[in-house]
Amino acid sequence: MITDSKNNTTPKDSVVVENVVIRFVGDSGDGMQLTGTQFSDTSAMFGNDIATFPNYPSEIRAPQGSLYGVSGFQVQIGSLDITTPGDSVDLLVAMNPAGLKTNLSALKPGQMLIVDTDSFTKKNLEKAHYDSNPLEDGSLDNYKVIEVAMTSLTKEALKDMGLDNKSVIRSKNMFALGMVYFIYNRSMDHTIDFFQKKFKKKPTIVEANTKVLKAGYYFAETMEIIATTYQIAPATMDKGIYRMINGNTATAWGLLAASQNSGFELFLGSYPITPATDILHELSKHRYFGIKTFQAEDEIAGVTSSIGASFAGDLAVTTTSGPGLALKGEAIGLAMMIELPLVIVNVQRGGPSTGLPTKTEQSDLLQAMYGRNGESPVIVIAASTPSNSFDFAYEACKLALEHMTPVILLTDGYIANGSAPWKIKKAADMPPIGNQVVKEGTNHVPYKRDEKSLARNWAIPGTPNLEHRVGGLEKDKTTGNVSQEPLNHQFQTEIRAEKVRRVQDYIPEIHPEYQEAGDLLVVGWGGTYGSLNAAVNQMNQEGYKVGHLHFNYINPLPKNTLDQLKKFKKVIVCELNAGQMVQVLKNNYQEIDYLQYNKAQGLPFTTLELTEKFKQVL
Amino acid sequence: MENTATKYTFKDYQSDQEVRWCPGCDDYVILRSIQKALPETGVKKENVVFISGIGCSSRFPYYMDTYGMHSIHGRAAAIATGAKLANPELSVWVASGDGDSMAIGGNHFIHVLRRNVDINYILFNNEIYGLTKGQFSPTSLLGQKTKTSPYGNTQPPFNPGELAIGSRARFFARLGGNVPKEMTQVFIEAEKFKGTSLVEILQNCVIFNDGCYTKYTDKAVKDEMQIHLEHGKPMIFGKERNKGLVLNGLKLEVVTLGENGITEADLLVHDAHEPDITLHAMLVRLEYPLATGVIRSVEEPTFGERERELVNRVTESSRFKSVDDLFFSGETYEVK
Repeated sequence: MITDSKNNTTPKDSVVVENVVIRFVGDSGDGMQLTGTQFSDTSAMFGNDIATFPNYPSEIRAPQGSLYGVSGFQVQIGSLDITTPGDSVDLLVAMNPAGLKTNLSALKPGQMLIVDTDSFTKKNLEKAHYDSNPLEDGSLDNYKVIEVAMTSLTKEALKDMGLDNKSVIRSKNMFALGMVYFIYNRSMDHTIDFFQKKFKKKPTIVEANTKVLKAGYYFAETMEIIATTYQIAPATMDKGIYRMINGNTATAWGLLAASQNSGFELFLGSYPITPATDILHELSKHRYFGIKTFQAEDEIAGVTSSIGASFAGDLAVTTTSGPGLALKGEAIGLAMMIELPLVIVNVQRGGPSTGLPTKTEQSDLLQAMYGRNGESPVIVIAASTPSNSFDFAYEACKLALEHMTPVILLTDGYIANGSAPWKIKKAADMPPIGNQVVKEGTNHVPYKRDEKSLARNWAIPGTPNLEHRVGGLEKDKTTGNVSQEPLNHQFQTEIRAEKVRRVQDYIPEIHPEYQEAGDLLVVGWGGTYGSLNAAVNQMNQEGYKVGHLHFNYINPLPKNTLDQLKKFKKVIVCELNAGQMVQVLKNNYQEIDYLQYNKAQGLPFTTLELTEKFKQVL
Repeated sequence: MENTATKYTFKDYQSDQEVRWCPGCDDYVILRSIQKALPETGVKKENVVFISGIGCSSRFPYYMDTYGMHSIHGRAAAIATGAKLANPELSVWVASGDGDSMAIGGNHFIHVLRRNVDINYILFNNEIYGLTKGQFSPTSLLGQKTKTSPYGNTQPPFNPGELAIGSRARFFARLGGNVPKEMTQVFIEAEKFKGTSLVEILQNCVIFNDGCYTKYTDKAVKDEMQIHLEHGKPMIFGKERNKGLVLNGLKLEVVTLGENGITEADLLVHDAHEPDITLHAMLVRLEYPLATGVIRSVEEPTFGERERELVNRVTESSRFKSVDDLFFSGETYEVK
C-alpha cells in the first residue's frame, strides 16, 4: 500500500489516528494554498484518503495583515473513507494574528496551534483588532500552543544565500510545512521534487525552499516542543492508479474524454469568471489535442460562439458561473429552440448579483431549470464530488450529442476547487457516445425525429444536398419552415418538453445509501454529497435509520424518484440555498411532505450542524 | 474550397421560401446580388453558411438555399466566429442591420473585426429600426424624427466605416443599395479576401426612412455625389469625370480638372492595400463626395490561421497522443 514514503522517521511517542484535520491560514500572499496543496498531495501519495477545502478572499492581494485578507486551506486526511474536509480542526497553523483571530473557533479545544511569533507585532495585532496579544494574555490556554519565530528562523536558514528579504520571507510557509511534515510523519521527497520541477530554471529558489522546508522539519524534530507525532495509516481504497484532482480539472478532462470518444472536435467558448475560469485555463493548456479554446469578448459571445461551433459540427461547450449563466439565458433558449447539442457548465458561487465570487452555494438551480424566456426545458445535471465532475462532464456531452439539446452541468466552488483522490479512468472506460448525424440524402427534413428519444436529425454544414435553415422563430413541425400556426406551436411546445422528459429512459435509477427505508431520508443534490454522506454515516453509526438520497440528474429526475421518497417516514431536503431543489421536487411529487434544511453562508455544511438538525426532526 | 466540377447559377441559391420584404426594399437587390455572386466564387454550395441576428435584413438566411441560421438579436458575428473556427472550409456570411450590428451587437461587431475572422459581413444600413416599426438606430442622423425621437434625435450617429477601421477592419467596402452589378462584384471580392470582409450597403427603407440616401444614390445625382474608388486608379468622379480628390494639408479637397492647372496626375491614386489607416479613415468620413467601392483591403493572417498555426506548433512538440497519456502523466500513485 505504501508507495512513496521513503525517509519516514517514526518517533517512539507516535500515536496512530484514523483521521486528522489540518488548516493552514495566513495572508493571501503567504502561500497558504500552495502549502495546503503540498501537504495534501504528499498525503495522497502516502495512500491516505483526502478531501480539501481552499477558502480564500476575492481580493488577489488584500491589505497585509487584515482580517478580510486571510486565506486558508483545510484538509482532512484519513485511513478511512474521507468525504469532507472536516468540521473542526486538529491542527491550526496561523501565520499571523488575523489568521488566528478568524480561525481559532474552528480548532478543537486541547489541540495543537502553531503560530509564527514574529508576525505578532503591535501593528499586526491592531490590524487583527486584538486589544492584547493572545500569545501573552492567557486566551489560548485551552490549546497546545507552539510558538515558533518562523520568520527569524527562515532568515537564519537562508542568511548565506544572498537572497533579497522579500524572497526570504516568502518561503516561510515552507518552514511551517516542514514542521507539519514532521508532526504527521510525512516524507519531504514529494515537495522537494515539486520545487525541482517548478523552478527548474531557478536553482537558487529550489535550494532556498528545500533548505527552509528541511529547517522546519528538523526544527520540529530537534526542539522538544512537539510532544506527540501522529501516524495516519493509508486508507483502504480500490486498487489502481490514482492522482489528486479538483473538480474544475476533472470537468475539463471529462470534456476531453468525451471529445475523443465521440469523434467530435471540442470547442470551448468562454469568458473568464470565478470560480469557473480554471476550466478554460486547463483546456487552453491542451490545445495539442486539436481543441479550440476561444476566450470571447463577453459571456454572450462565449455561448453564441459555441452555438456557431455546434452548428458547424463541433462538440461545443461554454463554461461560466451564476452571473454569466444569466447573460447566456437567451442564447441557451436559441440552442434549445434550434435543437443543437450544447454543454453549459455552471460552476456555482454565492449569489445573487456579484454575490460571493470565491465562496460556494447551490443557488443557480432554479436559474438553470427556468432561466429562459418561453417554454424552454433543457437537461440539468449536477456533479457531486471533485472526481465525479469527470463523469458528469462526460455525461453532459453524451446527453447533448445523443439527444440534440443543451445540457446544463452544475458544479460549485466547493467541489471545483476542492481536491480528492481520483482513480484514473481511461477514455475507453467510459460509455460510447452516439450522435444524430445524417450524412446524405435528399429532401432533408431538419426536424425529423428519432421515434424513441425524439432527438432530431443533425445535418452539418459541408454535407451536400442537406442545406437547410434553422432559427429562433417557431417552425413547422415537419418542414422546419417558419410557422406561427396555433396548433403547430402547441405541438412543438409539447414535443420539445417530451424530448427532455424522455431522457428519463436513458439515465440510471436512483437509490438511497445506508438504508433502503427508514425514519428519515436525507435528500441532497450536487456538491453537498460529501457533507451529507458523512453526516448520514454518523447518524447510522449512532443507531438511527437514516438514508441518503443524492441527485445528479435533476431535469429530468430519475424515474423511480417518488418510490424512493415514499420509503421513508420523513424526508428532509438539504441545500446550500434558500430551498430550490425542494421546489423542483414539490413540482413533481406533491404528495410528499418535505422538510428543509438550508444554509446560505458561502460555506459547506458541517457534520455537526447536519446531525443536530437530523436528530431534531426525528 | 475551389470547385470545378459543378457550375452553379443564381437559381441554385434560391430557397423555396417566399421572400417577404416590403415591395421596393433594397434587400431584394442585395439578395439577388449575392445569389449571382456565389456561383462566381468557386465555393461549393454545401460549404456556404448564412448567419443572421434579428431585424428585417436578418430574414436573409431563409431565402438562401444554403445552410443558415436565423439567430438572436446582435449575436450573428459571434455565432459566425464559432462556426468558422469549427470548420475553416466553410464560407461564412453574416447578414445584419445597423441596430443588430452596432447597438445590441456592437461588442461582437468590433471584436470580429479586431480578430480578423475570415467571414463576410454584409451590413444593411438603413439608419432606422425597421422590424420594430421605426425607431432611431445608432446610424440615424442627429435631429432625425422617428417614433422614439418625435422631436428629433439627440444621439450622434456612428459612421460604420469609421467604427470598422477603428476596430482594425482589414476589408471595408461601401455601396448604395441600388447598384446590383457593383454589389455582385464586391461580394465576389469580399469572399475571396482572407479575413473579415465588411460590406456596408446603404439600404433604403421604403416604409420608415424612405429617401434617406437619395441625395447620394439617386441615378440623377449618383455620379456627382459619389466617388467610386478602385484600387490603383486616380480618385476621379463627376458626370463629366472632371472632378477629383487631392490632399490639402490634413484634409481631402475636391478639385476640378483643368482649373488652376490641375491635371489627372495631381489627383490621389486609391491604394486599398495601404496598411496605414490615415487616408482610408479620411475617405470613409467624407460627406462630399461619398466614397463607395472597396475602400480598404489589407491582408494579414486571419484569426483562424493564427489559431491553426498555434495548434500545429504545440501538437508537434506534445508528448500526449491521447487523453489517457495526459490523465496518467505527472504525479500519480498506485494503490496495491
